Amino acid sequence: MLSLIVFLPLLAALGLAAVPATAGARVFVRSWIAVAALDLALIVAAWIGYDPAGRTGLAYEENLRWIPSAGVGYHVGVDGLSLPLVAMTAVLFLACAVFSLRQTERVKSFVLLFLFLQTVSLGLFVALDLILFFVYFDLSIVAMYFVIAGWGHDNARRAALTFFLYTFVGSLALLLGFIGLYLAADPHTFDIVELARANPLAGSGAYGALVLLAIGVGLAVKTPTVPFHTWLPPAHTDAPAAGSAILAGVLLKMGTYGFVRIAMPLLPDTWRTYAPVVVAIGVVSVLYGALVALAQEDFKRMIAYTSVNHMGYVILAVGAAGILAGSDEQARSLAVTGAVTQMVSHGLITAALFLLAGVLWDRRATYDMGSYSGLAAPAPVFAGATAVAAFASLGLPGFSGFIAEFQIFAGALGSATVATALALVGILLTAGLFLRALNRMLLGPLRVPDAPGAARDFDDLRTGEVMSILPLLALAVLIGVLPRFLLDVIEPAAEVLVGLVSR
Amino acid sequence: MLAWFLSAVPLAAGASLACTGRRGDRIAPLAGVLTAALVLLLALLAAATRPAASTPLFAGIEASVAVDGLSAVIVVTVAAVTLVVLVFSAGEPDLGARYVGLMLLFAGAMLLTVTAAGLALLLMAWEVMGATSWALIGYRWHEPHRARAADVAFLATRAGDLGLYLAAGAAIAGGVGTLELAELPGATGPWLAVLTGGIVVAALGKSAQLPFSFWLSRAMEGPSPVSALLHSATMVAAGGYLLLRSQPVLAASGWGEPVVAWFGAVTVVVLGLVAMVQTDLKQLLAASTSAQIGYIVLAAGVGGVAGGTSQFVAHAATKAALFLAAGAWLTALGTKALPALRGAARRYPSLGVPFTVAAASLAGLPPLSLWVSKDEVLAAAVARSPALYVAGLLGAVIAAAYSAKAVWFVWRPEPGDVATGWDTEERGTRRVSAFAPPALVALAGSAAVLGVLALLPVGELVGAQGAPAAWELALSAVLAGGAAATAWWWGDRPIPGTRPLHGWLGLERGAETLLVTPTMALARALATFDDRVLHRAVLAVPAAGLRLARLADRRAEFSISGAVAGVVAGARRLGELARRPQTGQLHQYYAQAAVALAVLALLVVVVT
Repeated sequence: MLSLIVFLPLLAALGLAAVPATAGARVFVRSWIAVAALDLALIVAAWIGYDPAGRTGLAYEENLRWIPSAGVGYHVGVDGLSLPLVAMTAVLFLACAVFSLRQTERVKSFVLLFLFLQTVSLGLFVALDLILFFVYFDLSIVAMYFVIAGWGHDNARRAALTFFLYTFVGSLALLLGFIGLYLAADPHTFDIVELARANPLAGSGAYGALVLLAIGVGLAVKTPTVPFHTWLPPAHTDAPAAGSAILAGVLLKMGTYGFVRIAMPLLPDTWRTYAPVVVAIGVVSVLYGALVALAQEDFKRMIAYTSVNHMGYVILAVGAAGILAGSDEQARSLAVTGAVTQMVSHGLITAALFLLAGVLWDRRATYDMGSYSGLAAPAPVFAGATAVAAFASLGLPGFSGFIAEFQIFAGALGSATVATALALVGILLTAGLFLRALNRMLLGPLRVPDAPGAARDFDDLRTGEVMSILPLLALAVLIGVLPRFLLDVIEPAAEVLVGLVSR
Repeated sequence: MLAWFLSAVPLAAGASLACTGRRGDRIAPLAGVLTAALVLLLALLAAATRPAASTPLFAGIEASVAVDGLSAVIVVTVAAVTLVVLVFSAGEPDLGARYVGLMLLFAGAMLLTVTAAGLALLLMAWEVMGATSWALIGYRWHEPHRARAADVAFLATRAGDLGLYLAAGAAIAGGVGTLELAELPGATGPWLAVLTGGIVVAALGKSAQLPFSFWLSRAMEGPSPVSALLHSATMVAAGGYLLLRSQPVLAASGWGEPVVAWFGAVTVVVLGLVAMVQTDLKQLLAASTSAQIGYIVLAAGVGGVAGGTSQFVAHAATKAALFLAAGAWLTALGTKALPALRGAARRYPSLGVPFTVAAASLAGLPPLSLWVSKDEVLAAAVARSPALYVAGLLGAVIAAAYSAKAVWFVWRPEPGDVATGWDTEERGTRRVSAFAPPALVALAGSAAVLGVLALLPVGELVGAQGAPAAWELALSAVLAGGAAATAWWWGDRPIPGTRPLHGWLGLERGAETLLVTPTMALARALATFDDRVLHRAVLAVPAAGLRLARLADRRAEFSISGAVAGVVAGARRLGELARRPQTGQLHQYYAQAAVALAVLALLVVVVT
């Protein structure tokens, strides 16, 4: 079933490739929406069939021989860590499909590229083999490069190239680490489940540290953490709205997912030794991201830096889960559950924020916050959605962000006290920066920048935009108010992971 | 289920109304009043039946609600004040669906806060209160200064709320994995100190105690009914409630009680002095609110939970009445400046009389409610520390003074040029809506009557100590009466030496200079660092790579291909040289053959 879920978009893309571009944009976008909806329906069915009670293993597992001489197999499966991310990915791609109803530029290539990207993203989250993971990891970079370079604006080519080279070099470091793991295992294998069981680098000191460094650098560039984050702001600012939404919502999670799927369970010893370093990097990302976001004048760039801040919480949590002193199992489980919840929550909320920024671009071709003022008058639905998304992003209870951040803080304070206390300041800073942005753009007297060919007023959200943005926010509210349906899936897997890290 | 419905009904109704936008404006006031009436019924039912419920929230942590003695009283108070304020708001023209929805959302969050039995759910409702407060202060967002005031209020309380996050983490680290409020005193060692500190900071922040008091001044930019409900009766008092609820934690920590008691006592005195010098009626009432809540904080610090609860209820009724009257005068005359309100009570006695009754209660005159509740608090205080009792009494004297001052202004005969001071804030309507007097009478009446009721065993409801002694009651009555009379005689003459108090001790400016400006400067510096240094360093890597590539192309490639070309040239020259002997002339071939044979012969001779 998983292979069907993963490859359905690609098959649809192959089918649509045969349709001539002259058939019209509508055909392609509507097919894309249909495929994405079907994929989401399959995933919902898989979720319903997934019984998390007492589950310690994987569900829907498939294991086929691929390159046996190199120890590479086609091994896929989901557990509580990956199923929420798979679902979130499908939801985000559906939202982007609906948002793109008004896309007019080279629609056929756009749709095919996104269908390919959806397959790659889903494939990565279900992959249980290191090389399979790596293949999807790199393909995602390639696909996103084309999205940014082909449909972006301003300095899109340069931003896309920076993004590509930086994350690609990171992925090479990742590959180096994977090969290190492969060579240390006896028998040599790239299979994640096997490696977790064998724990080949237990007590291996310097070699394990080098492998963790390589894997850590590779994932840190993708996440991104400070100081490897400088590719993110230009890539986000110059990408098209749907591209930014997927980049922030899905691609960044590939980095953090790598930590919980690969770095922690396969290198528990080394992770425990270097957990304080991870915690430090997390805290620095939190504070640095929030502070730099506070100084931004460009709305999209500001949201890009808040992504650095939010991913910093995830890094803080997974680092704290590796510090055994001063915490008990409940605290560490809470931290890991919070980290995975943050991945899902950030995906939904930040994608909504980037789609809203896309509305700004569509109306007036600028994200500069100083050019806009008083938008709440002509566009109340837009203003309401932006305010709701902003409060969700700053971690207000009633939204998924709080569920994630509360668990992270509550779980991490015991083992990483000073770091968590410092990271708490992050939620005050994000509150300040979002309120400042809301105040500037939405309230006060009406002012919109001139743009050639634009309508006189600032049009409120259209149907496609409403149908794509509001469901994301509604999901964030659902998780925020009734979190158990999500936490019931994540918590058993988080406990298993905590057990693996502490062995 | 009742325990959940109590908060769920206003939350759901509020969320729906807030989302209807302009279309809901016609039905919103009625819908709001009906919902609030329903909530009051539920609250009375809950107070009688004391329900409890819980549901799993996080791993090992439940979201549990329970109505016990303390929350029963407060739940009824909150629901009642909400109903009265919404009735009053029906008479205000521009308060539509968004307003009513937000007020109901707030009421639901407040009810959830006071019924929450676990720290996680309490924190959630606590923060939602702050968000609805932001939206309500900035309700008239077309005026930018109101939106900025909302931001200041939200950020100040959010800073305090960090304490609750810290407390939650400390509780888990200290072994209280369930985060149940009743189990918190059992946290171990240093974690108990962090837990206590976090709760205290959050409570002081929300209750606008020193040093957080400045946000309450800014919150007065919101509509007056908002000030009446949130920023006097309920939300601001939630900090006091939290301290009353956490009194066992404060006691267990050893240092919690004296610290809290003194913060409360100092706030009572200092903010009372601030209130005395204010010339804006709402600012005066705001400073007074902070001071009166100080009594609740003081009560928590001396173990007087019953007194604190009475103070909560009495203050809610009193202050809500005062704010609603101020709001009605603002709507009618377009001003809230005390000098311009001269004669306002004579002009609108339907507002003036309830205002006076409520002000008398605020002054602590017998037999009104705040007289009784203040003395209950002070009775608990005198048992702990005479210094606290003296501070509390001083605060009561100051309260009497500024209450009298406010009443003095509104009952002055109208001067001839009074109309020049009107319409400074907005266009006054010169009429009082039909909804205002009943609301005011209800609240002022409660403020008057509850005092007598409170002398009955309210303590049993909350399960605590005895009533104040007769001499304490008499002393405070005499002092209050004397202070009120003195203030009446003093009138509007300025009080020397009170300059710093006008601007609320400059606390907001202080916070801005110490916290906001450096943070913004740091943010800008880091942003520049990120662009100019970090990103340039990253871009320098491919630039260096390109330079290396060009170097390899020019030097290395050049030399290697040069060497290859050299070998090729050498071979070609050798080939050319090899062709030279092929002249095609026979005599030269003979000569070459002869030379070659001679060389060979020589070679043979030499070798053998």
